Amino acid sequence: MGQTGPLLSLKNISKDFYGNVVLQNVGFDLHEGEILGLVGENGAGKTTLMSILFGMPVIAETGGFTGTIELNGQEMHFASPFDALDAGLGMVHQEFSLIPGFTTTENIVLNRESMKPSILNDAFGDRMSTLDRPEMKTRAVGAIKKLGVKLDPDMLVSEMPVGHKQFTEIAREISRKNTKILILDEPTAVLTESEALILLDSLKKLAREGVGIIFISHRLREVAQIADQIVVLRDGVAVKNVPAAGVTIKDIASWMVGRSISGEAGPREESRALEEEIFSVEHLWVDMPGESVRDVGFSVNKGEIFGIGGLAGQGKLGIPNGIMGLYPAGGTVHLEGKEISLNNPAAALKAGMSFVSEDRRGVGLLLDESLEWNIAFTAIQIHGQYLKPVLGGLFTQRDSKAMEGLCKEYIQLLDIKCTGTKQKAKELSGGNQQKICLAKAFAMKPNVLFVSEPTRGIDVGAKKLVIDTLKKYNREYGTTIIMISSELEELRSICDRIAIIDEGKIAGILPPSADVAEFGILMAGATDSPSKTKRQSAAEEAPRA
Amino acid sequence: MSAKKGIAKFFSDYAVVIIFVLLTVFSIGPSGLSISYIIQEIITRLGRNSFLVLSLLLPIYAGMGINFAMTLGAMAGQIGLIFAIDWGIAGWQGLVVAFLVGLPVSLLLGWVCGKVMNMAKGREMVTGYILAFFISGVYQFFVLYVMGSVIPMRNSSITLSRGFGVRNTLNLESVRQALDNIVLLKIGPFSIPLITFVIIAVLCVFIVWFKKTKLGQDMRAVGQDMAVAEAAGIPVERTRIVAILISTVLACVGQIIFLQNMGNMATYNAHDQTSFFAAAAILVGGASVTHASIPNVFIGVILLHAMYIVSPLAGQNLFGSAMIGEYFRQFIGYGVIAISLVLYAWKAKKAADATRLGLRLGAAGESTIVKANGDSGNGTGSAGKGTAGGSK
Repeated sequence: MGQTGPLLSLKNISKDFYGNVVLQNVGFDLHEGEILGLVGENGAGKTTLMSILFGMPVIAETGGFTGTIELNGQEMHFASPFDALDAGLGMVHQEFSLIPGFTTTENIVLNRESMKPSILNDAFGDRMSTLDRPEMKTRAVGAIKKLGVKLDPDMLVSEMPVGHKQFTEIAREISRKNTKILILDEPTAVLTESEALILLDSLKKLAREGVGIIFISHRLREVAQIADQIVVLRDGVAVKNVPAAGVTIKDIASWMVGRSISGEAGPREESRALEEEIFSVEHLWVDMPGESVRDVGFSVNKGEIFGIGGLAGQGKLGIPNGIMGLYPAGGTVHLEGKEISLNNPAAALKAGMSFVSEDRRGVGLLLDESLEWNIAFTAIQIHGQYLKPVLGGLFTQRDSKAMEGLCKEYIQLLDIKCTGTKQKAKELSGGNQQKICLAKAFAMKPNVLFVSEPTRGIDVGAKKLVIDTLKKYNREYGTTIIMISSELEELRSICDRIAIIDEGKIAGILPPSADVAEFGILMAGATDSPSKTKRQSAAEEAPRA
Repeated sequence: MSAKKGIAKFFSDYAVVIIFVLLTVFSIGPSGLSISYIIQEIITRLGRNSFLVLSLLLPIYAGMGINFAMTLGAMAGQIGLIFAIDWGIAGWQGLVVAFLVGLPVSLLLGWVCGKVMNMAKGREMVTGYILAFFISGVYQFFVLYVMGSVIPMRNSSITLSRGFGVRNTLNLESVRQALDNIVLLKIGPFSIPLITFVIIAVLCVFIVWFKKTKLGQDMRAVGQDMAVAEAAGIPVERTRIVAILISTVLACVGQIIFLQNMGNMATYNAHDQTSFFAAAAILVGGASVTHASIPNVFIGVILLHAMYIVSPLAGQNLFGSAMIGEYFRQFIGYGVIAISLVLYAWKAKKAADATRLGLRLGAAGESTIVKANGDSGNGTGSAGKGTAGGSK
């Protein structure tokens, strides 16, 4: 290629959402024919960076950004994603954006169809032109050829294997005449291993033809395999920008996760001897949109705090939601030796499990009701507590006094800041709302307590209080807690063991004292090392179907 | 096993059609009607109703379900007819005038309707149904009060005796079958309104051609996934408005054709059941809320009306009361719509379950699950093919 200037150059990109800094002076260059691997945890700023690059309206709506984007040395200002497309940027999103009832061809040339003018053009405009299907097909076949894969141009997307959908999507981007830069956001997330390998090969082929590629993936193995340059984002800062040669997966993982490798945050729990199994899960699957669980099995000992971590979208949230019956699920779940029937929230609650949902305002609280109601509600529904018989037990009525007493007890115990037991739940701050959710769960006196993202969206001080409350409750009452969190450090500060979920399965279970890089590798789905021969054979066998 | 599956699929896809064919065939005997009479009646009703039913197609392509708001177009057509009668224009020229008056009204109503439906994405059918009731109120105000008081009426025989408002029943004698009788083809015992059928054929050709245009392609894309279409730069809301607009204008024409054949018009409620009969017809023809084709329209009109022709007499002869047959008409009409909607929801749920099975892949070693998964793969595959066939 031998070009001197970079194709795309991001300089000093900074962005904050109402004072909350998400990107700070991020910059990198992308050259013609180069593959740049962009890695980072959730919330590291990858999505925001791509939104800026693509001129997504959300960026301008939230106050714009600082820094410059240069394309072939020229500064660009994209007002909308369509400007970015016109300038030669192509984006393949994580979710498929294909029309299911259309063929490969129709999807590749979607809204850029070849047309023949018709007599109605003068009266009603270009949209009354008829489609030139043979020409459309020629263009689609050209794009498929450029990609170097086998795709049937007449196959309906709804009948395709997942891999073909991904290829169709990429073919659509490169079928634009001027696409010079291709951005792929987690393109291999839904692919099987052999499909992913074919994809990587075709990306390399595209790069050889001069397309610049930004490859975003949490599968570090693939990044290490394919990238020429690796940029690691962490907390909105580009912590590393290095050539890929000689970089190991472990290096990338520790750059990505290692928030404070030198100064470990907070004291660790000394390992406790907890023997008696109380809760076990086998072959659990859960159909929770965006958080599907495929096959999860684990067991938890009595009195343990069991942590479940992993990147967003990998299925960690699906586990408690599935077990508690909020989303369709299957598999076997045992609590104290008894099988729990799934898809039945009442049965799960009756069996002695409680759940503090990550969706605090939606699932967790009755926003327009008093704190008394909120705390006692589940106990009333499930155990029939806080009710008093009327007319000799003919029917029952709420026992306001008992509810008020219960509420006062927890306000004191958890130090909830409120004006009184009659205050409405929506009027409290995020941290105090979370405490109400905990109180509601505690009021059930559960044997096993699920806590999902307990510190999401609350401030630092409140986070510590919530964590301390959980720990205290665990120590004093011996309640088994299963805590799901995106924040690894939080899990490491409180849990006895931590399972990492990747692609709907448990990638591994580690003690909190394990090295951060080990957690990073598990999250990155790089448990087994690839072998060259295996790769090639898979690539040869793959253009089946 | 696959043959058995194929048969099961055939029955589930065409359940409504099969029920109808059986009911009609069994009613022909007891009705005591001759086959030639039934055929003549069906020919007449094909000419009368097909255009209205065809107007439902485009919104279905655009993913907006059955356009119950086609009633708006029907009202526009009626307003056109009232003026044509008032101005004393007879014959097919009267129908043309009725259309020219109805056209701007139906364009306006269609645009309003499209705007409203864009605000109620995903609930177009119920929105359209209720919108039709609301606009019916506006129509009644217009016909009952504005006509004759604000807009001068010349023809005193169609106005109410108090001086304004239109009479309850309007005699369309001057335009009665003006279109049908231009060329009335006689084949054996049957007479065929040729020009009416030519107009219907032209509409069919237009629809087939329209599907091949860029706009038609955009409409299909919008119908299948609005978000994807939007991301590809297709003006989704505009496309949806155009679909409703065309549907409303076609319904206006359809209602004029319908009423010229009937020869009189119930001024205040002729449009009440227009959308209901049209929806019943297209669903009887094997269409669903998401898929419909031109054959569905004609099969539906033939089956539904064969049923309507024979059921009152069959009721009379079997149960001694024509009311029972009349009751069957209503009962079956609404029943068909209900069955179609339930079947559609049921199929969508089955499809969701089939994809859910994919999640169990992880639990290998359990042979039953693996097998179930294989089956579901076949199921979705053939369902996909069914979809493709339906949209042709």
